[in-house]
Amino acid sequence: MSTLEIRNLQVSVDTENGAVEILKGVDLTIKSGETHAIMGPNGSGKSTLAYSIAGHPKYTITGGSVTLDGADVLDMSVDERAKAGLFLAMQYPVEVPGVSVSNFLRTAATALRGEAPKLRTWVSEVKEAMDALSIDPSFAQRNVNEGFSGGEKKRHEIMQLELLKPKIAILDETDSGLDVDALKIVSQGVNRAKDANNLGVLLITHYTRILRYIKPDFVHVFANGKVVEEGGPELADKLEAQGYAEYVGS
Amino acid sequence: MSVLTSNILVPHGREEAWRFTPLNRLKGLHDGSAAIATHRSLSLKSASVPGVTFERVSRELLPSLGTTDDAIMNRVREFSSDVAVLKIAANSELSEPIHLNRESFDLSSAEYSRVLIHVGSNARATIIASNTGDTLLAEDIEFKVESGASLTFVTLQEWDSQTVHVAKHHAIVDKDAIFKSITVTIGGSVVRLLPTVEFTGPGADAQLLGVYFATTGQFFEHRIFVDHCVPQAKSRVNYKGALSGDKAHTVWIGDVFIRANAEGTDTYELNRNLLLTDGARADSVPNLEIETGEIVGAGHASTTGRFDDEQLFYLMSRGISIEDARRLVVRGFFSEIISEIPDTDVQVRLMERIDTELVKVGA
Repeated sequence: MSTLEIRNLQVSVDTENGAVEILKGVDLTIKSGETHAIMGPNGSGKSTLAYSIAGHPKYTITGGSVTLDGADVLDMSVDERAKAGLFLAMQYPVEVPGVSVSNFLRTAATALRGEAPKLRTWVSEVKEAMDALSIDPSFAQRNVNEGFSGGEKKRHEIMQLELLKPKIAILDETDSGLDVDALKIVSQGVNRAKDANNLGVLLITHYTRILRYIKPDFVHVFANGKVVEEGGPELADKLEAQGYAEYVGS
Repeated sequence: MSVLTSNILVPHGREEAWRFTPLNRLKGLHDGSAAIATHRSLSLKSASVPGVTFERVSRELLPSLGTTDDAIMNRVREFSSDVAVLKIAANSELSEPIHLNRESFDLSSAEYSRVLIHVGSNARATIIASNTGDTLLAEDIEFKVESGASLTFVTLQEWDSQTVHVAKHHAIVDKDAIFKSITVTIGGSVVRLLPTVEFTGPGADAQLLGVYFATTGQFFEHRIFVDHCVPQAKSRVNYKGALSGDKAHTVWIGDVFIRANAEGTDTYELNRNLLLTDGARADSVPNLEIETGEIVGAGHASTTGRFDDEQLFYLMSRGISIEDARRLVVRGFFSEIISEIPDTDVQVRLMERIDTELVKVGA
């Protein structure tokens, strides 16, 4: 049982005009097995929250805390956060020229498991993960995210989620750019990871569409750098009907 | 052909062709003050193959194919008494690479070496030349690639730390012939290579690929010249370099000349440099001179940058340490070129050497 606690998190980003505050005191608690949807309009700071938890160097933490089972996440390097059990499925996964998917996955698995996975079991493990997400086997020889379609990038992210077995996963707009078929495949992957590892999920999305396939236990409405309303799945239905106008208007 | 010593002008460093080169580190190769070695370090490693001959021929019988104004190359032509000649007979199709090995551990005298590689019409061959040891070497390699032939030439500078190696690799590429070179420079103190191409028939094709990795104090210079002196020839140049550590210095010059009669020329040259630490310097000078507008295409690009933070973040967010992430990115950067080498053992060896160099400088 793991708990990710975010307390009064404040984050700014440096711009040409000085530091701009993006997160203005975020409070969230995500436990193993729970799925939290964070919904909000564009520019509300949802992605900043995701990247700040993962440790992207662009963001400066100006206040608050993030802990995983009591350990100070903000004090950890990016790779230490992954080793502690955090995973970020990125909205825009990065191309790494010349590094094959298979080499990348094996290097990551070796780092996270503390030893190189046994070759024979690893090959079948990867094959199984690829099959489950309808990923062509030739994918393994391609360079990480290079020339991938939007859907391929997202499936590649979820394949890593299944292989690397984190405790808590943050999915940043995993639904964006996916057609219905791809959305179903990707959502099934997330649900498998939840079932297999009692994964806690922080699902960041703009639209309610993905919530038909990944059922949230809690919905948080995010606006202007903080959580402005919280509720159960019914809150998503309200957003579907009414949009975000209520939260962003002055 | 003989060259009078008095005709060789000693470079002083202000000349365009020498302005980047640290003459004081050439150990007398440039001014003729180095003692002349008597050994011949080049040998054919491969077992004898039908259609392939390797022999030494008196220089009087084999004048150089082209002229040069390079002082050190003129010294090579004056000081070397014979020429190592590798011949591949016309119409030979070699399934395995030919391995040429050059190994020497002599820093007290300079070897001046002339080499001629002749590929007969419609022959296909790959030559992998390995250079190892710690030595002083001035080397003049000429390639004659006859019509319809295809030669892939891989040259590996895997020297130890004190080597001074200055060379010209001049390819004469005839009608419908393909010359592909893959130049790898990862060892030595000073390495200055001049890969040059001259086309002698339409449909000729030259692909010059290269990687270099300079660490603390190393100076590696690659000065390319492609002479589009005939119509309908094609050239591609792609060199990638990484630098790490204090006073690591690389120079890449890419000169392409499209003469007035070279209609239908298609050329593109590219140089990318990755600066892994502070204190390193990469000079990159692409230069295109065009005398006719009747061409298919001509372009060049040059970039010099640091590690991409987004790439490192992505890899680290999967638990990969900063050191391993950098190693992956550097390997990936080089793999585009190294994967072109048609010998997986060589590929693995080079990647291991690159890893070793990375660890050494703690990048």
